[in-house]
Amino acid sequence: MENQNLIKMANNIGAFFNSEPDKAQAVAGIEQHLKSFWEPRMRRQIIDYVQQDGTELMAIVAEAVRNLAAQRSL
Amino acid sequence: MIINNETDYGTPASLSANLVTLEIDGRKVTVPEGTSVMRAAGETGINIPKLCATDSLDPFGSCRMCLVQIEGARGYPASCTTPVAEGMKVCTQNEKLANIRRGIAELYISDHPLDCLTCSANGDCELQDTVGAVGLREVRYGYEGENHLDAAKDGSNPYFSFDPAKCIVCSRCVRACEETQGTYALTIDGRGFDSKVSPSQNQAFMDSECVSCGACVQACPTATLMEKSVIDHGLPEHSVITTCAYCGVGCSFRAEMKGEQVIRMVPDKNGQANHGHSCVKGRFAFGYATHKDRITTPMIRDNISDAWQEVSWEEAIEFAAEKLKQLQAKYGRDSIGGITSSRCTNEETYLVQKLVRAGFGNNNVDTCARVCHSPTGYGLKSTFGESSGTQNFDSVKKSDVILVIGANPTDGHPVFGSMMKRRLREGAKLIVADPRTIDLVKSPHVQADYHLKLRPGTNVALVTALAHVIVTEDLADEKFVSERCDTESFAKWKTFVAKPENSPEAMAEVTGVPADAIRGAARLYATGGNGAIYYGLGVTEHSQGSTTVIGIANLAMATGNIGRDGVGVNPLRGQNNVQGSCDMGSFPHEFVGYRHVSDTKTRALFESAWKVELQSEPGLRIPNMFSAAIDGSFKGLYIQGEDIAQSDPDIQHVHHALRQMECIIVQDLFLNETAKFAHVFLPGSSFLEKNGTFTNAERRISPVRKVMTPLGGKEDWEVTQDLANAVGYPMNYKHPSEIMDEIARLTPQFAGVSYAKIEAMGSIQWPCNDEFPEGTPTMHADHFVRGQGRFMLTEYVPTDEKASRKYPLLLTTGRILSQYNVGAQTRRTDNVAWHEEDRLEIHPHDAEELGINDADWVGIKSRAGETVLRALISERVQPGVVYTTFHFPHSGANVITTDNSDWATNCPEYKVTAVHVAKVSEPSRWQKQYQDFSDKQETLLKDRIVAHEHE
Ligand code: SF4
Ligand code: SF4
Ligand code: SF4
Ligand code: FES
Repeated sequence: MENQNLIKMANNIGAFFNSEPDKAQAVAGIEQHLKSFWEPRMRRQIIDYVQQDGTELMAIVAEAVRNLAAQRSL
Repeated sequence: MIINNETDYGTPASLSANLVTLEIDGRKVTVPEGTSVMRAAGETGINIPKLCATDSLDPFGSCRMCLVQIEGARGYPASCTTPVAEGMKVCTQNEKLANIRRGIAELYISDHPLDCLTCSANGDCELQDTVGAVGLREVRYGYEGENHLDAAKDGSNPYFSFDPAKCIVCSRCVRACEETQGTYALTIDGRGFDSKVSPSQNQAFMDSECVSCGACVQACPTATLMEKSVIDHGLPEHSVITTCAYCGVGCSFRAEMKGEQVIRMVPDKNGQANHGHSCVKGRFAFGYATHKDRITTPMIRDNISDAWQEVSWEEAIEFAAEKLKQLQAKYGRDSIGGITSSRCTNEETYLVQKLVRAGFGNNNVDTCARVCHSPTGYGLKSTFGESSGTQNFDSVKKSDVILVIGANPTDGHPVFGSMMKRRLREGAKLIVADPRTIDLVKSPHVQADYHLKLRPGTNVALVTALAHVIVTEDLADEKFVSERCDTESFAKWKTFVAKPENSPEAMAEVTGVPADAIRGAARLYATGGNGAIYYGLGVTEHSQGSTTVIGIANLAMATGNIGRDGVGVNPLRGQNNVQGSCDMGSFPHEFVGYRHVSDTKTRALFESAWKVELQSEPGLRIPNMFSAAIDGSFKGLYIQGEDIAQSDPDIQHVHHALRQMECIIVQDLFLNETAKFAHVFLPGSSFLEKNGTFTNAERRISPVRKVMTPLGGKEDWEVTQDLANAVGYPMNYKHPSEIMDEIARLTPQFAGVSYAKIEAMGSIQWPCNDEFPEGTPTMHADHFVRGQGRFMLTEYVPTDEKASRKYPLLLTTGRILSQYNVGAQTRRTDNVAWHEEDRLEIHPHDAEELGINDADWVGIKSRAGETVLRALISERVQPGVVYTTFHFPHSGANVITTDNSDWATNCPEYKVTAVHVAKVSEPSRWQKQYQDFSDKQETLLKDRIVAHEHE
C-alpha cells in the first residue's frame, strides 16, 4: 500500500483526537483506533514507516504507532 | 383500486382511548370516540355503500351514497362524515334509503360508459360493486344529454393511464395526492357538472407536478386511473406480501400475481413502515426483474480480455473455488476476500461473511455500507452504544421540531418524506441544513423555518456551533444529562463547545451560514418540544462523517431528545438492507451484532458454532482492498450484488485495482460494470425470486417472499452455500429460515427473531429477545445501550478539498427520486422517462461567468480525473457549488470524486470535491476510453460461447 495513503489516513485519525486536552488519552485513542480498524499489513507498514524515521505523521500519531510497535501484537 | 380481501372501513381508525357505545341496525357497537358511523358499522360487519370514502383518507362527504338515518336527527346524514355518539341509534338500510341510493347511482351511471364487460377494472370496481349493492336495475336518462363520455385519455405516464370518461369526481385521487403523498398535483377543476380532475394546470400527468407515486391510482374506485400493466394483462389472481427492494424505508407490498407474472405491486395497508403508501420505484419499477439483459447462465473466463464461456452451475462453482484456493496457496490466506450487499437479504449477507471468515479463514469482508453509512455505525456506537437509529418512522407523528441534515427525504426516502410532510402540515417546525435547496425547504404547504445553506464540507462546524448556542445560552437539559449520561464527558464537551472559536459568529465564516440563523435554529431545536434529527449521506460521506454523526448524537443527548416517541437520531439509510448488512457482521472488524473480532468470548462462541478457528485481527476494508490489490497482496474477490466499479469514488483507481486481480467473482442480475472486470459470473436472483428478510432504517426486519422461480435456477444464498462447500467449508441449509435461526442463536439483539414470529407480527424491530420479546420501536428508553451516553469532542477539521484557483467550484453529489443508486435496476425500467442522464446542476451566476447555457456539454475536472456532462442551470445550488447524481455509469461522476475518506471508517468523501468546470465539445478522454472498454466487454458477452457449443 502507498505510504502516502496510510499517512494521510493516520493523520486524519490524529486530527480527530487532537482536540482531546489529555494528550495521553489522545494517544491511547489513536492507538486503539488503529488496532481496532486497521488490518495488520497496514499497521505493519505504518510501523515500518515510523521506524524508518518517517516524519510526516502528527506527533501524537507517531507516538501511538510507536506504542503499537512496542506491543508487537501483530 | 385494490384487489384484496381486506375490508375498507371507509374512514381512518380513531386513536382515542375513550370508548363510545351506540346501536347500528339493532346491534350494539363499542368503538373509540371520533370513529365515523360508517367505520363503526363496518367493524360490526355492516357495509354501508360508499364511493367517495376510503379508509386511507379523511372523509369528504361528496357522493352522498352512504347516507343513513339516525334516531332524533333530521334528514339523512352521510355516515362517513358523521362521528359516533353515545347512545346513538342508526339505521343503515330501509326502503327510503335504498331509493335515495338508487337515485344517486342512476345519476352516476347515466354519465358513465357501460362497457363493464370489457373494462380493465371489471371485477375490481367499486362503482360496479356499489351499483350492484344498491340494486340499480334501470337507468332512465339516456346518453343524449351532455356527458363526459368522449373525454380524451391521458396515457403520458408510463405506468398508469387516466381515462376521464370513467371519472365520477369523487376526489379520492385529489385527496390521496394531498393527504397521503403531499404533492398537491391534482385539482378538481370547474364546478358542478363541469367539474373534472386535472393534474396541475390542466396538464398531462407527465408534464405536471406528479411524482408518480401511484397513491391516486390506488385510491381511485373506478378504472379512471388504472395501472397500464392491468390494462395489458388483466387483473391479478393471487397476491403475496413482500418487501420493497429499493430504499431503506422498506415498504411492505402485496405482489399481485397472475401465475408467476407480477401484474402490479400494491403497497400493503398493514405495512408497519409505510401504512399503504409507496413511491414510483417500489410500486412501478419492477420490470427490471424480467428484463432481457438478465444473465441466467453461469459464465467463466481466464482473462478479462477473453470471451465469456457459459458453463453449468457445478463447473462455475468448481472453477471459482479452485481459483480462490490456488490464490491462497500462492499468495497467502489473506490474499482473498468478499463483499456483501445491502441489496441482498440478511440471510445472504450473513452467509457471505460466514464464507469469508470460516471458509476463506480471514476477515477480509466488507459491504457497500462502507461507502454510505459506516460513519453512522461508528458514531452512534461510540456515543449511544448501538449502531442504529433510535426510532420507528411513526415517531415523526409526535415530533414538534424536525431537523433534517444532509438528507433529501422526498427524493431518497419518498414514503417517509410524505409522512414527514404530513407532520409539517400539522404544524411541526422544520430546520433544513443542506447546501442545496431541496424540495422540503419549500413545497406545497411546507416551508422550512430555517434553511441553513451551508458550504459543502462544513457540517461539523455547523453542528458544533449549534451545540455552542445550546450550552452558552443554558438550553441544555441538565437533568436528562445527569441521569442518563456520563457527566465527566459532558463537562469536557461543554467546555469544548463553549469556546469562542465554536460560536456561530466564528463559524459563520466557515459555513457561510449567518450566525443569527444558527442561533435561531439551535434555540428552536432545544426548546421547541420534541426535537427529532434525521440525517443522510450528506452527513456521512465526508472526511469528517463520523465526527458529524457524533456531533448529532451530542446534540440529542444534551437536549434530552432521546429515548421516547417524537425525538431521536434517525439515519435515513440508502439501500433497502443497509441496516441489515451492517447488523449481519459484514464489516471486517466485527461479527454479527457489532462485536469486535478481537473479543475472545465472542470469537469462542462463533468458533464453537462454526466449528473452525477464526481470526482475531480486523480484515481489509473496501478501499484498503483496492490498495492491497495494487500493491499485489490482494488477488481474489467474491462480490455479491454490488457494483464497486461504478459506485466507488476515484473510479480510475478502482478500475486499476480490479485489473490487477486474478479472480473476481461477481454474482448479480446483470453484467454490471464490475462484472466487466470479472472472471466468474454467477447469476443472481431478484427479490421476487427468493425468501429472506430485509432490515430497514428503523431496524424493522420484514419478510421477502419468493413469488417466482429464480430465472437462473438458484436463490442467492444457495450459490454462496455451493461456493462454501466447494472451497471446503461445509454448509447445509435447507431454507433461509434455518440461517435466521442460526443468527438468532448467536446474536443477543436477534435472540427472539424467527420466521414464525415475523409471520405472526408482520415485521419485528430489533432488539428482539427475552428483554424485548415484541421488539423495540424506541431505543435507549430507560438507559443507553452502553450504559451512560457518552459525549465526544468534535473539532472541525477542514477537508483537503477546498476551492482554489485551479479548482474554484465545489462539487457535491446526490440522487433523485426516480433512479436508484447505480441505476442497474431503474435504468432498465420506464423510470428513465424522468431521468435519462446525469446532469451537472450549476447556479446561473457561475454559468454566466463561464459562458455556459442550459444543456451545454461541460467538462468537470478534479485532481482525480475529468468527465463531461450536460449542464442544468438551477438556483437549487448556491453560487460556488455544483451538483450531480451518479445513476449512469458513463457519466463518470466517480471519475472526479477523490480518495478522501472519513477518518474513522474510510467512508469516501462523495459530497465534496473541488472542481474546475468549462464548456467543452466532446466527451472526456476517460469517457471515450471507458466506452471502448465497455463496448468490448459487451461484445465479449454477446459472443459468449454458449453451454452446448462448449461441450
Ligand atoms: S401519482 Fe402520486 S403524485 Fe402523481 S397525481 Fe397521483 S398521487 Fe399525486
Ligand atoms: S379519477 Fe378516480 S379517484 Fe379521481 S375523482 Fe375520478 S373516479 Fe374519483
Ligand atoms: S419509499 Fe423506498 S421502500 Fe418505499 S416503495 Fe419507494 S423505494 Fe420502495
Ligand atoms: S361515501 Fe360518504 S359521502 Fe361519499
